[in-house]
Amino acid sequence: MAYSDKVLDHYENPRNVGSLDKNDPNVGTGMVGAPACGDVMKLQIKLGKNGLIEDAKFKTYGCGSAIASSSLVTEMLKGKLLMKQNQLKILLSLKSLRYLL
Amino acid sequence: MKLPIYMDYSATTPVDKRVAEKMIPFITEEFGNPASRSHPYGWTAEKAVEEARRHVADLVNADPKEIVWTSGATESNNLAIKGIAEFYSKDKGKHIITVATEHKAVIDAFRELERIGYEATYLTPEPNGLINIEKFKAAIRPDTVLASVMFVNNEIGVIQDIHSLGNICREHNVIFHVDAAQATGKVDIDLTKLPVDVMSFSAHKTYGPKGIGALYVRRKPRIRLQAQMHGGGHERGMRSGTLATHQIVGMGEAFKIAKEEMHDENKRIKKLHDQLLKGLTEIEEVYVNGDLNHRVPHNLNISFNYVEGESLIMAIKDIAVSSGSACTSASLEPSYVLRALGRSDELAHSSIRFSIGRYTTEEDINHAIDLLKQKIGKLRELSPLWEMFKDGVDLEKVEWAAH
Repeated sequence: MAYSDKVLDHYENPRNVGSLDKNDPNVGTGMVGAPACGDVMKLQIKLGKNGLIEDAKFKTYGCGSAIASSSLVTEMLKGKLLMKQNQLKILLSLKSLRYLL
Repeated sequence: MKLPIYMDYSATTPVDKRVAEKMIPFITEEFGNPASRSHPYGWTAEKAVEEARRHVADLVNADPKEIVWTSGATESNNLAIKGIAEFYSKDKGKHIITVATEHKAVIDAFRELERIGYEATYLTPEPNGLINIEKFKAAIRPDTVLASVMFVNNEIGVIQDIHSLGNICREHNVIFHVDAAQATGKVDIDLTKLPVDVMSFSAHKTYGPKGIGALYVRRKPRIRLQAQMHGGGHERGMRSGTLATHQIVGMGEAFKIAKEEMHDENKRIKKLHDQLLKGLTEIEEVYVNGDLNHRVPHNLNISFNYVEGESLIMAIKDIAVSSGSACTSASLEPSYVLRALGRSDELAHSSIRFSIGRYTTEEDINHAIDLLKQKIGKLRELSPLWEMFKDGVDLEKVEWAAH
């Protein structure tokens, strides 16, 4: 398997695994994927003061790279402003991880 | 213990050391061409080839004259299916029957025949992987020329009722081909009793070398086939090409050992299989794929629900196994075999094939069980599907955002 060290690290030691309280008004929950496609990702963020993402958690069913990229994205989200520009930056970083094309 | 522990014997087996020793002189010293009739180099090679042919025939109780050397089971399957269809279709018709869970060497040979004008029926097996005899009978038409069914399935290890299927073929004058690549040394095969017309064999699934196989072609009643490889007319015109003496000697020795030892070996492997099955089914939400009674003990195909197969294989890199899902080949399609059994997408994506053999030990099995228990727990902690299952959500009713 030709996974990069970074993917392997995030797969073996995933960051921010878990769940946030979905009833908290400051928590946003999203889920994409389908078991039929072989991956499902649940991502949650918690907004703090001034629009900053205070916390992010994930759970992913999928192959090694799906788990690793979910872990990485949670790291990137934390402390960021909830803005379009940041979303783009995150997408570009994931591209560098060679998960998204 | 040597890591990773090899548990992928259905993919290939190591060459038994006794087999390798027997092969070596035929690479260096006894290098003659078995077709050379004019000197002792050729005679010695020919004698070795014929002795090996006898060993292969002995394992399946056939006449050595009924054994044709090929490069492996893929070639044997191609030669049997295309060769028979071509030879008999003029008189009988162009309908052919197989099963959706066959090996790709059979499925793709059928697809090729379809491309040139044949009509094919791909039977769906029952959820346990076995063929329903009545459905098989119903698929036969007056213009059916050939049926092809594998003896032991490579992914799920189930044993088909070849005897009953063969009898039906006899009644309807349909030629019956059986791919026995995964069966030799695992189940008793007696071709004097089995109503089978042609049967494919492979050496490397039975502790012989890769690149050599054989095709059994019945003489009474005589089965004819159109050669697919043309040349010097070797193997009574059915398969031209210089015989690979050392490979043939290896296959012969491997099959000889199989005949002598299979009885004791299979008893030992059954014990290991039961130990593995018991250990793994202690884990919550696991499902065995394929019938539990009609199977070879060498195979255990199991789905670990709510865990994806490729990530599981990454997690258990101490053991060399394969996933039902073809994730590694860049397609995320789940196993076509498990889909044909009607397994749900989650279960098809979550399957692992453990296949054990001659060198698997009790210690290996215990190590595998411990590792699986630990890693399944970890991956389920990561799985949103597991969380939903634990919260009582019915996953069948969720509207997924497929991508």
